[in-house]
Amino acid sequence: MSNTKYILGHFEDPDDMMHGIEKLQENNVKIYDVYTPMPIHGIEDKLGYKRSRLPIAAFCFGITGTLVGFSMIYYMLVYDWPMNIGGKPPFAMPDFVPICFELTILFASYGMMFTFFYANHFFPGRAPRVMDLRATNDRFIIAIDAQANPYPDKINSLLNEAGAIEILHNERKYVSYE
Amino acid sequence: MGNHNHTHNFSQQFEFAGKAKSWSLIAIVIGVIAIAYGFLLDPHEEHAQRTFANLLLMGYYFTCVCAAGAFFLALQFVAQAGWSAGLLRVPQAFARVLPIAAVVLVVIVAAGLLTHNLYEQWHPSHHEGAEGEHGITGSKATFLSVPFFLVRQVVFLGIYSIFAVLLARFSSNEDTEGGLSNYNKSFKYSAIFLVIFGFTTPIWSFDTIMSLEAHWFSTMFGWYNFAAMWVSGLCAITLTVILLKKSGYLSWVNQNHLHDLGKFIFAFSIFWTYVWFAQFLLIWYANMPEETVYFYKRWEPSYKPWFWLNIVINFLSPVLILMTRDAKRQTAVLTFVCILLLCGHWLDYYMMIMPGTMEEHHTFGITEIGIALGFAGLFAYLMLTRLAERPLVAKNHPFLEESLHHHI
Repeated sequence: MSNTKYILGHFEDPDDMMHGIEKLQENNVKIYDVYTPMPIHGIEDKLGYKRSRLPIAAFCFGITGTLVGFSMIYYMLVYDWPMNIGGKPPFAMPDFVPICFELTILFASYGMMFTFFYANHFFPGRAPRVMDLRATNDRFIIAIDAQANPYPDKINSLLNEAGAIEILHNERKYVSYE
Repeated sequence: MGNHNHTHNFSQQFEFAGKAKSWSLIAIVIGVIAIAYGFLLDPHEEHAQRTFANLLLMGYYFTCVCAAGAFFLALQFVAQAGWSAGLLRVPQAFARVLPIAAVVLVVIVAAGLLTHNLYEQWHPSHHEGAEGEHGITGSKATFLSVPFFLVRQVVFLGIYSIFAVLLARFSSNEDTEGGLSNYNKSFKYSAIFLVIFGFTTPIWSFDTIMSLEAHWFSTMFGWYNFAAMWVSGLCAITLTVILLKKSGYLSWVNQNHLHDLGKFIFAFSIFWTYVWFAQFLLIWYANMPEETVYFYKRWEPSYKPWFWLNIVINFLSPVLILMTRDAKRQTAVLTFVCILLLCGHWLDYYMMIMPGTMEEHHTFGITEIGIALGFAGLFAYLMLTRLAERPLVAKNHPFLEESLHHHI
């Protein structure tokens, strides 16, 4: 058994790469991931990705923001220190709306951003985990887990048939630490 | 994704016949009967005023939906949007009805004004000798003088109609001539139209609706009306597209286009609420009698349930129903929300108009339902007649290919 961890097929053309995905799937080779320098329509469906759950997180953060805003104002203006402002009752609901609205947006947007950072391992000082740097430049890359699919020759020939211009057998998952 | 690998029939034309035609004609007849009933037979003590208030409501609604069609067109051209290229014939049909809608509205407004059934609060002859107590004075009296008022109505609606017809004509010329010259012209005229429309619709709604309660004023009112116009127009466009698809037309419009229209409806329902609330909050907070009178009237027991229902229908229901992606992509859900919002904005206009005209004598009955149905039928009849005159797609639109492959 070789030490190859991941096989990366480099393509120059997105259509060739899509063709390569089809070829591999037809032959029951499980694709680990695909890296492209630009978004490609329909690729999520092709790879069978589930939809992102980020909107659910956004909704939860938004509701949290509303509740935080509401309880904060309620504590300040109704419970802790009721004040007579313009003859309005202390618990004046329309006043609460703009603040609850703003905090909903604040919590939802920051919450979504931090969720995204957390899910993608983006932290200050953290080297980004990239399997091949050229995927951010001019190459369309299909990554295959070589341990889970232990038939490198078949994968090589499938990728070559689809028009891969370069095939790498990497012993490390990520190259970007170096 | 090569060119022209689709199987759509681009010369397909809508055939206006059968059920759609008979039902819209029946609705028009119901409307005519309701108007006759309202003027002649209605036992209500202010039956003429009631009929005029309803005519104004539906005439304004009708004009707004058609104007929203023209605005939709102009917006797509100025944004150089590609996704909508395949469904532009629908708002074009709306825009081509605008001249007729404008004439109908001007006739209603002029007749209501001159017979003292509408705009009583500022019509000068009504308050002869009582100036200072009820009458409008100073620069406001100049602005709200009968000739200037009618001239403004005619000029604004005339300009909108001219641009609406021009935009539709460029698109039909494009079908025969091809090339980019018509697209470029559409872009230029759309930009001019949007500037004019943006600055004049608030004034137009101040005139047509806000001056019913001439002593009250709100600078948010114009945007509030614009939001209502845009949401109801979008709902009408979406509903027309869905119904056309159900009858086997527009094969090139798919869930992705409907998803985008759904997002528009969702977003602008929130925008409507935002503007509605911005107007309410400032008036409530400042608590000045000359401003609060507007909401005081709408907080009376006979209006209060409608006041709340207005917010539930036009804000809560689209926000909660259309929030998820799946809801916007399901035709049944989208159809339901469109119909709900079209009814909701009828109620919205009812809440704008009735407290200033019928005051506490407002009712809901044959006149309201009949006139609403009549105008819906008139709109459907005129719009579908226009739609049937041309192919259902602008086949030489430069972004058509992008629209066919639209995917979100």
